[in-house]
Amino acid sequence: MSALARWFGYLRSQADALAERWHVPLLVNDFLAWLAAGIFLLALITVVSLAAIYLERKISGYIQSRLGPVRAGPVGLFQTVLDALKLLQKEDIVPAAADWRLHLLGPVLFLVTTLMMFAVVPWDRGVNVARWLDLEIGLLYVVAVSGIGVIGIVAGGWGSNNKWSLLGALRGAAQLISYEIPFLLAALCVVLQAGTLSLSSIVEQQQAFVTEWFLWRPALWLAVAIFIIAGVAEVNRVPFDIPEAESELVAGFHTEYTGMKFALFFLGEYGHLYVVGLLFAVLFAGGWASPLGGSSLPFEGFVWLNVKAWAFVIAAMWIRWTLPRLRVDQLMEFAWKILIPAGFLAVLIVSLALM
Amino acid sequence: MSLAGLRTEQLAINMGPQHPSTHGVLRLILTLDGETVVDCDPVIGYLHSSLEKIGERKTYKQFTTYTDRFDYLNALGNNLVYVQAVERLLGVQVPPRCQHIRVIMAELNRIASHLVYFAALGVDVGATTVFLYAFREREAIVNLLEHATGQRLLYNYLRIGGLRNDLPPDFLDGLREFLSYFPARLEEYNNLLTRNRIFRARMEGLGVLPPDKAIEYGCTGPVLRGSGVAWDIRKIEGYAAYPEYDFDVPVQPYGDAMSRHLVRVEELRQSVAILRQAVEKLPSGPIRAEGVPRVIKPPPGEVFERVESPRGELGCYIVSDGTERPMRLRWRAPSFYNLQALREMVRGHLVADVVAILASIDIVLGDVDR
Repeated sequence: MSALARWFGYLRSQADALAERWHVPLLVNDFLAWLAAGIFLLALITVVSLAAIYLERKISGYIQSRLGPVRAGPVGLFQTVLDALKLLQKEDIVPAAADWRLHLLGPVLFLVTTLMMFAVVPWDRGVNVARWLDLEIGLLYVVAVSGIGVIGIVAGGWGSNNKWSLLGALRGAAQLISYEIPFLLAALCVVLQAGTLSLSSIVEQQQAFVTEWFLWRPALWLAVAIFIIAGVAEVNRVPFDIPEAESELVAGFHTEYTGMKFALFFLGEYGHLYVVGLLFAVLFAGGWASPLGGSSLPFEGFVWLNVKAWAFVIAAMWIRWTLPRLRVDQLMEFAWKILIPAGFLAVLIVSLALM
Repeated sequence: MSLAGLRTEQLAINMGPQHPSTHGVLRLILTLDGETVVDCDPVIGYLHSSLEKIGERKTYKQFTTYTDRFDYLNALGNNLVYVQAVERLLGVQVPPRCQHIRVIMAELNRIASHLVYFAALGVDVGATTVFLYAFREREAIVNLLEHATGQRLLYNYLRIGGLRNDLPPDFLDGLREFLSYFPARLEEYNNLLTRNRIFRARMEGLGVLPPDKAIEYGCTGPVLRGSGVAWDIRKIEGYAAYPEYDFDVPVQPYGDAMSRHLVRVEELRQSVAILRQAVEKLPSGPIRAEGVPRVIKPPPGEVFERVESPRGELGCYIVSDGTERPMRLRWRAPSFYNLQALREMVRGHLVADVVAILASIDIVLGDVDR
């Protein structure tokens, strides 16, 4: 059992003991446990998004032969915190003719579904949201929930009462639901290989570095490529950032958003990118397994998982600042005519390899 | 529910005047059917500054400052056409050193302007990094020009009968240094953008302009040469010292956005070739013609002078009535005529293509609106 799991187990046992002494009913005790887990996730997504936005600005700066943020704190580390504070104190403007309920629903739904995806990620040996939730259908849950996030984008676009936002939102919806299919097909290859939908079981099967990581299995290489492409497309990043295409639609579906709602869209987007990175690590790169074999240090698994996830995130940023953007019909053509057949081919290859 | 009774509407959408991708304050009223553009109506005039009318109120010498402001990315070229027009009216011949320096300045301006085109095109198709790289190279040119003229964008360097001042002694060294590293960098950016599959998918086959239509609309410059018509004023008129230089005029046959892009990339290479020759060939001597009067009152008459700006045929038509102010000054702005062809080019394309096609025409609103 990893240190993280033992730590959470200790907290849980202490909470149980306390509840016993104070005669707190079991239901309330469980509720408090869930609350703690929720706070952990919220804190995680906030820190992750702050770090991701900072990294994005620094990496884009260095790729473009400039420095990025340098003034706020050492090497500009506090820049995103200050940006978040700035967004917090902004007036929340809802366009007069817009539907305020949909305007509010958009970012909320988008962020909530991203948060929900964090729930099933295996953070360390024996830990799934502090050991309470180990869904046997973890992978299916993740893809289903990301499908719900699309509604948030469409709600945001329609609720803005702005033709450009609507265009961006509809394009976004089309793109996201189209790329979910190759995403799922690539994940399906891993399911075939591992024999289970449960994410923690998939990680358990990838403990040894060279021999067991799915990344090194030739039968899965097509699945890896498809997963990376579809994953980047699922997060609306260049070359697939049509919904936000800055130079075409000003800011796409989040044009009419300011303040905290805008921040929620951003949190959701970078959180989603991080989740796709985590999924990549879990499905293909052994999750919290250390490449050096055996985890002895406390929190080592958690750290290794993050190293792999952030490698994916940084690679996605690298791609974003290098390539131009695909036009929407080329994007759809690419998904339906190239990626989906390739996905089926990948499933076929894995099935044949497993026979 | 039958499809015949289904009512679909065309969406009239407004792009600009403030928009990240209309190169300046241009307003496009697009009529969309879904994502397909059915019609495009450019509304111009947001940058109109009555410069041609001002030309009737200022003396010939005073107006040189205003000429920079037409196509502000080609300020030296604007200087050149105006100054040459007045010199033709006066019957003044400028010395050879002055002619060669004018060529150097015009070609440096051409490179700078095409780099801005490159940068804006990168942003429009989503490759933001190209913008930074192109502007980094442009910074070197702008620094050189600042060293020579004192200004970074609106130089006001050419004078009627010559130049404002001679080149500083280390200008040529700076230029040689720039020419030593720029071609390799150009190839690097070319690889990043022009040879990228996504970029080619965005630009090939887009905004096709047949050569007869191009001539009908009065398009010139890379728009015309991208449609297969070999027409370059530097070769036709042979103004300044251009006849003494050996360079090619790039022409592409297909007339799509990619052709125009390739024409401009090749023009960058040709400008580098011209500058290399100029650095060797530059003669010494005076930089101002003799006998230019202090108060310029050209004899009554009219003149139409034209040069090749990075956008096309730039023309200056002056009617003189013998006084010290022109009676009429008309500026033939290449971007105005090139922009007319936009409507033709975008029909049937998607919204994202409008942005790419507009970038490939490469207009400057100062030119369009004057």
